[in-house]
Amino acid sequence: MADAIKPREATEVREAVEAAIAEGKTLEVVGQGSKRAIGRAAQWDLTLDLSGLSGVTLYEPEELVLSARAGTPLAEIEALMAEHRQQLAFEPIDYGPIFGAAAGRGTLGGVLAANLSGPRRLVAGAARDHFLGFSAVSGRGERFKAGGRVVKNVTGYDLAKLAAGSWGTLAVLTDVTVKVLPRPETEESLLLFGLDDRAAIAALSRAMGSTGEVSGAAHLPAAAAAKTVVASLAGGRAVTALRLEGVPPSILHRRNVLQSLLKPCGELAVLPEEASRTLWRSIRDVTPFAAAVTGLERPLWRISTAPVQGPEIAARIAAGTDVSILYDWAGGLLWALLPPSDDAGAGLVRAAVAACGGHATLIRAPASARATVSVFEPPDPVAAMLTKRIKQNFDPQGVLNPGRMYAGV
Amino acid sequence: MSRLRMPEADRTVLERREAIVAALRAIVPGEGVIAGEREMRPYESDGLTAYRQLPMVVVLPDTTEQVSRVLRYCHENRIRVVPRGAGTSLSGGALPLADGVLLGMGKFNRIREIDLANRVVVAEPGVTNLAITRAVEDAGFYYAPDPSSQIACTIGGNVAENSGGVHCLKYGLTTNNVLGCELVLMTGEVVRLGGKHLDSGGYDLLGVVTGSEGLLGVVTEVTVRILRKPETARAVLVGFPSSEDAGACVARIIGAGIIPAGMEMMDRPAIQAAEDFVHAGYPLDVEALLIVELDGPRAEVDHLIERVSEIARACGATTLKASTSEEERLLFWAGRKAAFPAVGRISPDYYCMDGTIPRARLPQVLARMREMQQTYGLRVANVFHAGDGNLHPLILYDANNPGELERAEAFGAEILKLCVEVGGVLTGEHGVGVEKRDLMPAMFDEADLAHQQRLKCAFDAEGLLNPGKVFPTLHRCAELGRMHVRGGRIAFPDIPRF
Ligand SMILES: Cc1cc2nc3c(=O)[nH]c(=O)nc-3n(C[C@H](O)[C@H](O)[C@H](O)COP(=O)(O)OP(=O)(O)OC[C@H]3O[C@@H](n4cnc5c(N)ncnc54)[C@H](O)[C@@H]3O)c2cc1C
Repeated sequence: MADAIKPREATEVREAVEAAIAEGKTLEVVGQGSKRAIGRAAQWDLTLDLSGLSGVTLYEPEELVLSARAGTPLAEIEALMAEHRQQLAFEPIDYGPIFGAAAGRGTLGGVLAANLSGPRRLVAGAARDHFLGFSAVSGRGERFKAGGRVVKNVTGYDLAKLAAGSWGTLAVLTDVTVKVLPRPETEESLLLFGLDDRAAIAALSRAMGSTGEVSGAAHLPAAAAAKTVVASLAGGRAVTALRLEGVPPSILHRRNVLQSLLKPCGELAVLPEEASRTLWRSIRDVTPFAAAVTGLERPLWRISTAPVQGPEIAARIAAGTDVSILYDWAGGLLWALLPPSDDAGAGLVRAAVAACGGHATLIRAPASARATVSVFEPPDPVAAMLTKRIKQNFDPQGVLNPGRMYAGV
Repeated sequence: MSRLRMPEADRTVLERREAIVAALRAIVPGEGVIAGEREMRPYESDGLTAYRQLPMVVVLPDTTEQVSRVLRYCHENRIRVVPRGAGTSLSGGALPLADGVLLGMGKFNRIREIDLANRVVVAEPGVTNLAITRAVEDAGFYYAPDPSSQIACTIGGNVAENSGGVHCLKYGLTTNNVLGCELVLMTGEVVRLGGKHLDSGGYDLLGVVTGSEGLLGVVTEVTVRILRKPETARAVLVGFPSSEDAGACVARIIGAGIIPAGMEMMDRPAIQAAEDFVHAGYPLDVEALLIVELDGPRAEVDHLIERVSEIARACGATTLKASTSEEERLLFWAGRKAAFPAVGRISPDYYCMDGTIPRARLPQVLARMREMQQTYGLRVANVFHAGDGNLHPLILYDANNPGELERAEAFGAEILKLCVEVGGVLTGEHGVGVEKRDLMPAMFDEADLAHQQRLKCAFDAEGLLNPGKVFPTLHRCAELGRMHVRGGRIAFPDIPRF
């Protein structure tokens, strides 16, 4: 393992980056390392460990904002928000189960740099949509800030969007500000049983187009459903789930709206609050495909597409190999579990995505596969040129996580 | 034109004007190239009418191919380009340049696809914001961001400005509702960003293009998500004896876990002007008026209206009225929506500001503004997107009185600096443009601005696209690229190693 540097202050982050530039060294930027196995398998000279930059610096529940140092554990932030019945509405996935690691790890900076989200992405956005501002040290060894601490701001370019999902390749976040939102008072889920993929996505699409205000829309084919809290209800059948959140009178009303809308689709059941929470946590963290269930060797892809294309992508992959799918975002997000192979199924997956639209990321695969196939969706030539230039302009010597997203970036 | 400094016109370009116009006519035939002074007049300014400038030539392409060829030609010939939608920008984003091509996107006015199963609309950039909603409302859908200018402003302009509206507290700004676009770079290269799916597989280029004020590329197609129209909406009108009480009420509502669809505040001068104009039934004996709108299923709306009313009473509301019909709800809004023209009736001119502040600082900001009114000898009326702290002070002045415009501008600049001082920002939704360009250093230091410009350099290295906007000084990209490596330093002197 590479030598680690653990700064305690933003100024020390700058010194570390400056020194790396001067010495021609590369840095692996990490928080708690919970997403370390995601990305191209590259090597870096030193580890820049940000977990020493910790602590919430501002939390004003009534202004809906929270600022923290980038290495603050997400768990600490969630506990604090819970005291005020608030949450990060984008519902960031916990990657622990997928990688067979402990749950509950990760830092706020990491959540943002990886642009995490969860089932509520469908209606509430991803990390990018809640990332209001930051201070950072770019690969040039310069401290800079962007955005602000108010929820509405169009002053200058939205560099928070650029930082979100850049996986630490442009700048080291040192301080971040996010929008926080009230937690729904309660929730429940409506379940449909035994639908095939296409019928399920059609049902979800009808529900999303209704006044039912659904905040989670997933489809678990039989194999996946059998590994969740609804296994016994499902009795070997597929489960299509719709989440309703809000105040009780509203949920009651929307349940009725959806029940009459979906009655023709088959048998319906209501899943009460606690079981509903458990189910959506499993969907968020993709626990049916957790390492404990499938082992670490089977590649896991995350595919974002237009919702009605979901089953088509699944069918194209299935025509070439034995694949298990879990659908979220009303069909727009596919988690695809493939059998081990040299290219981790990249040929099949990328061809399906190229035909149907969207993008695919190889989330879990042995390092050997991640060294040879592109982990992130290969951008088209113009986007690739823009990507390279942005990297070049923010990190000219390629000091920060070089090669983590793309070769040469 | 008052003191605004724009990039110096390039004489060598102006000398070639005739040849340039001919070359552009070869790309965009017929009436798509406008070179006559009188015909170019309508393009000389946008919604920030204090600034006017005739462009060198106006070009109105109607295909991506034409946009690409125009830009490639301009790039090869070092000609500046200013994109324009409907010209409703309030920050001068579409202000032409004397030596520049004004690229009007008005002919891109078709909706290309309505895809209800995926809940998206694909539109050309010149389609108006409202036209998108009109196209899908029969099916029960709408496009959520609703700038007050929505009958006129274009979706391309909305993307460029990341526009908001009174409902963006609950439903987000443009950036949260755009899924994809087609973009033509200054070199003429065409790129598709996003699509009908969510998020990006790499850097979020769509996210940075949104709100980039026409400086990164020309948007030639936009994909937006549409939402199911809520079952119902109701509004409560609440009067308070002080803006402190109204501000506290807003905080308590949000603190109670309620995110209203809209939450607007007006101060006494704005209430008075609006009521005189629209007769919406606003109370005239209050210092602050709140309109709180709830939308969703009837059962939810009725439930939350009760809770909001309770909170309002506890906060010292002196009047409180909940709408009992759609007609009444629209009447409550009519005053607020007409606030700008209403103020236009009581003053020959007004200047609309757009800072955002942490809401808790409202009383302090209002008090300071009252002092400034004395200093500048000008009155202010305030309308306020209270939920998200976006303040629109309207400074009343008369441009016919020598010096008053300049005083209004100085007053406005001081208000915006105050917003930054209390932890807020220069602009919440109208953009920087030319208007707030020179105030950027109040919020960002040199390193901050340099990093923003490094993004610009990746898209438009020669700075030919909409120069003179957003940045007080546009550094040459070569200069920004230079690294200042501090050699001979000891590595990591004080940092613990493990
Ligand atoms: C009465 C009134 C009320 C308003 N209310 C609101 C409000 O509630 N909320 C709000 O956010 N704004 C509001 N605005 C401001 C304005 O309407 C918005 O900024 C709007 O998005 C501008 O759209 P437009 O088509 O008029 O763009 P323009 O004014 O023509 O251009 C604006 C900017 O976008 C660029 N641009 C335009 N089209 C393109 C394109 N296709 N590709 C690349 N760049 C492009 C231009 O270069 C310019 O920088 C209001 C304005 C008025 C006059």
